[in-house]
Amino acid sequence: MQLQTPLTDSAVRALRAGDEVAISGTVYAARDMAHQRLCALLDRREPLPLDLHGAVIYFVGPTPAAPGRAIGSAGPTTSSRMDAFSPKLLAAGLKGMIGKGYRNEMVREALRTYGAVHLAAIGGAGALLSKHIVASEVVAYEDLGAEAIRRLVLKDFPAVVAYDVYGNSIYEMRSAE
Amino acid sequence: MRTIQYNQIVEVVERLCIECAHELPADVLTALEAAVRSERNARARRILEQLVRNAGIARDDRIPLCQDTGLAIVFIDQGAGVAVAAPDDRPAATLYDAVNEGVAFGYEKGLLRKSVVAEPLRERLNTRTNAPAIIHHRVVPGDRLSISLMTKGGGCENKSQFKMFNPTETTDAVCDWITEVVRQAGASACPPFVVGIGLGGDFELSCLLSKRALLRAMADSHPDDFYADTERRLLEQINALNLGPQGLGGDTTALAVKIETAPCHIASLPVAVNIECHSHRHKSALL
Repeated sequence: MQLQTPLTDSAVRALRAGDEVAISGTVYAARDMAHQRLCALLDRREPLPLDLHGAVIYFVGPTPAAPGRAIGSAGPTTSSRMDAFSPKLLAAGLKGMIGKGYRNEMVREALRTYGAVHLAAIGGAGALLSKHIVASEVVAYEDLGAEAIRRLVLKDFPAVVAYDVYGNSIYEMRSAE
Repeated sequence: MRTIQYNQIVEVVERLCIECAHELPADVLTALEAAVRSERNARARRILEQLVRNAGIARDDRIPLCQDTGLAIVFIDQGAGVAVAAPDDRPAATLYDAVNEGVAFGYEKGLLRKSVVAEPLRERLNTRTNAPAIIHHRVVPGDRLSISLMTKGGGCENKSQFKMFNPTETTDAVCDWITEVVRQAGASACPPFVVGIGLGGDFELSCLLSKRALLRAMADSHPDDFYADTERRLLEQINALNLGPQGLGGDTTALAVKIETAPCHIASLPVAVNIECHSHRHKSALL
């Protein structure tokens, strides 16, 4: 199934946990430190360095790009470390996240409340996944190095719907398979 | 006394860092390929195939296997008959300085991610060199110097655990706890895992043994029959969890289980479990 970003409500509602998708379009790379800073801005009601409406955040800190390449190795990092921050970003318009592993009940509740989805990409396949990232530029927090916020353009980036808007989780479906 | 030049160590460590990032050890790749054949869950099989493809792309296109190019963990066995000669302009520089210099050069030249912060709690500023490495150094007989580098990601290291059992505890109870640690590591730590186990010693030695166990060849088993059986039994028990590759179900939750042991106090049974992801990167050199 093709998935184009930014995500619309209807696109999100069409997804079910377990669906395999190929994502194309702009997403933002952000991980621990960037999440902490974004949430601090939201707490102070200050403007964010990116537009969260319909946006997808990819939990990734890539390796430096070799000359002539868009990006280095770029697989997902552990999603649960962002659990404390994601509900606040979802309330501010975020529609999707890409990471690896479980999300907690607070995040799952926020996905249902705000109509958003969490996707899982293959952890440890950063070389393969980098082939599906065609452009990358730092848009904020350059001082964080690998943890800076980057605007990435994806092309048929493979992922699976891990948590859908209806409260389903792929990790709870595995015994049924 | 045989001597090795400081710069030789720097160069070897630099090369090992770059090789680790791009070349999955042959026995790990073989284990993944065997899992593709034995796995019965279709989605799990597809994921394993993609991990094999990832290793090929990393090797052929020189893109790191994983964006987390790890903390550099360096195991050094130094023969009692070999010394490291400091550079002329820095007579105080040691073997450890050479290792850290090698890491810094390797991560810079290899375009690897620098994932080390200088201190853990106050500001967490990146050292921007990926140094310092974690160095484990032993003196051994002979006049050679062996360097084994493991580059370990944070996602799996975060799921490693330690527990002190009563000395009268049963093997069943210890194995059940180890299996539970693997279950808790779950999808976040990038299964299929290599599970390193340290039994005995004291608090810190058991943890070190659990990591040292990961240096063993994938196909070998413990020289003591009892512990070899325990390794096999744990592998079966873990693969019955149906966690599978990426935690999406399947027969392949661990590729191998390795146990290392040490003598311990009559009051203690320390058990450490080191969770290693499928991107099990380590390389050695003998000088």
